Amino acid sequence: MTDKYLIFLGCAIPYRVSGFEISSRKVLAKLGVELVEMPEFNCCGLPLDPVSHETMLIMAAKNLALAEQQGLNILTLCPGCAGTLKKVNKILKADKAQREEVNNHLKEVGLEFKGAIETKHLLQLLKEDIGIEKIKASVVRPLTNFKVAEHNGCHILRPKEYIGFDDPEDPQTLKLLIEATGATCLDYIDETECCGAPSVGVSDKVALALAKDKLSHIKQVDAQALITICPFCHIMYDTNELRIEKLFNETYGIPILHYPQLLGLAMGLTPEELAFNELRVNPSNMLKQLTQGANKT
Amino acid sequence: MLSNSISARLDLMAEVAANPTQNTEKPIKASELDPKFKYELQKMHGSEKILKCFQCGTCTSDCPVARYSDDYRPRTLIHMAQLGLKDRVLNSNTLWLCAACFTCTDRCPQDVEVAAVIRVFRNLAAEKGCIPQVFKDQAQSLIESGYAYKIPELRIKKRESQGLPPLPKGNPDNVKRALKGVKFIEGLQKPASTGETTK
Repeated sequence: MTDKYLIFLGCAIPYRVSGFEISSRKVLAKLGVELVEMPEFNCCGLPLDPVSHETMLIMAAKNLALAEQQGLNILTLCPGCAGTLKKVNKILKADKAQREEVNNHLKEVGLEFKGAIETKHLLQLLKEDIGIEKIKASVVRPLTNFKVAEHNGCHILRPKEYIGFDDPEDPQTLKLLIEATGATCLDYIDETECCGAPSVGVSDKVALALAKDKLSHIKQVDAQALITICPFCHIMYDTNELRIEKLFNETYGIPILHYPQLLGLAMGLTPEELAFNELRVNPSNMLKQLTQGANKT
Repeated sequence: MLSNSISARLDLMAEVAANPTQNTEKPIKASELDPKFKYELQKMHGSEKILKCFQCGTCTSDCPVARYSDDYRPRTLIHMAQLGLKDRVLNSNTLWLCAACFTCTDRCPQDVEVAAVIRVFRNLAAEKGCIPQVFKDQAQSLIESGYAYKIPELRIKKRESQGLPPLPKGNPDNVKRALKGVKFIEGLQKPASTGETTK
């Protein structure tokens, strides 16, 4: 078991979703995972893939090569970064011609991709390295009577060929991790559907309609919160929930939590420590319900 | 970044909405078919298996974007490419609607890697200069800061008060050096040129 990881933040989290980073660092510290900070890292490359696959390959390989110099595996919080680094690692390890091409670029900055390390997303680390039992054991304040829904998002699961630690059609990891906190994870229709975030800007109509239907399905099962593990999904629901409510004349009021915020509450950390103040959808009613629910048992 | 890109690409969205059938409306002339396009695609990373597509429509019926859009149909785009309608495919605005959720890739019974094929179309369109502004902005930010989204100074300073360690340096000089010779990046750094890439 590796307890030491290089943390890879990517762009979206430091740009807009610091609550995810703060809460992740808090719970990982409690679980005894040591995070090593890198002096240099770049964008993983994924945002440029649509316009230049070559740029994506070089950027991802550059990050992997930097991590290889440290001899440590990478932990990411963003599934987009995790997927990209995993995929490029696999492609370049298998394809000598592409590896040489990319290494010609990396030579310019004194780096070489060797394929010596692996990348894991937070979810995979919690499941495989820490284990559900240890997470259950870390819970001091079980979230009994708290009913939530989960949203995995796409890049944590697909393409299966490159990610492959969970079943994209019926994923279980996030559900198990939610239930480890004592909360109930509700089923709803179209659980594995995309949040729509990547279409924002190209067609807001499509993106917001996708997110709206998901929020409606989540409301139908009376979820008290939605749990995400991706910065983009989180922005899509949390930042846009009010906008969707206005646009479609709906009322949701469903707080969107990062999974480590949920786990952190169960570990006895306070909402302040877990950066609940960064959330756009006000979680105060939910937190009240949570205290009342806990008192009932 | 999401809200920035919202306004940046609203015009494109309006254009798509105003021309819902722009790619199919005009009758197809034999002279606009490029019979070699599919073989070109077969040689590119991601679209190697385009000829295996037998038009079953799984990609389109399972596509979350297609469900909410009247225009985006991955099956149609692939069929058009197989027929050799290169210009229509690469000029299609709907190309940019794909959310890259990879549902089509995972479910394609022919293992075509549909999302990767769409990505190849986009890369080719970008080479021709057909590219939504938001991607130009992200590439520019990558060259200037090492990050695809320019993280404001204020955010970087705020990290300390939030108890967070400093952000890893983006080292844009190294990014630029590593990306030397990448056609797309070099095209960005030049002032708007008129010369389109020709085959």
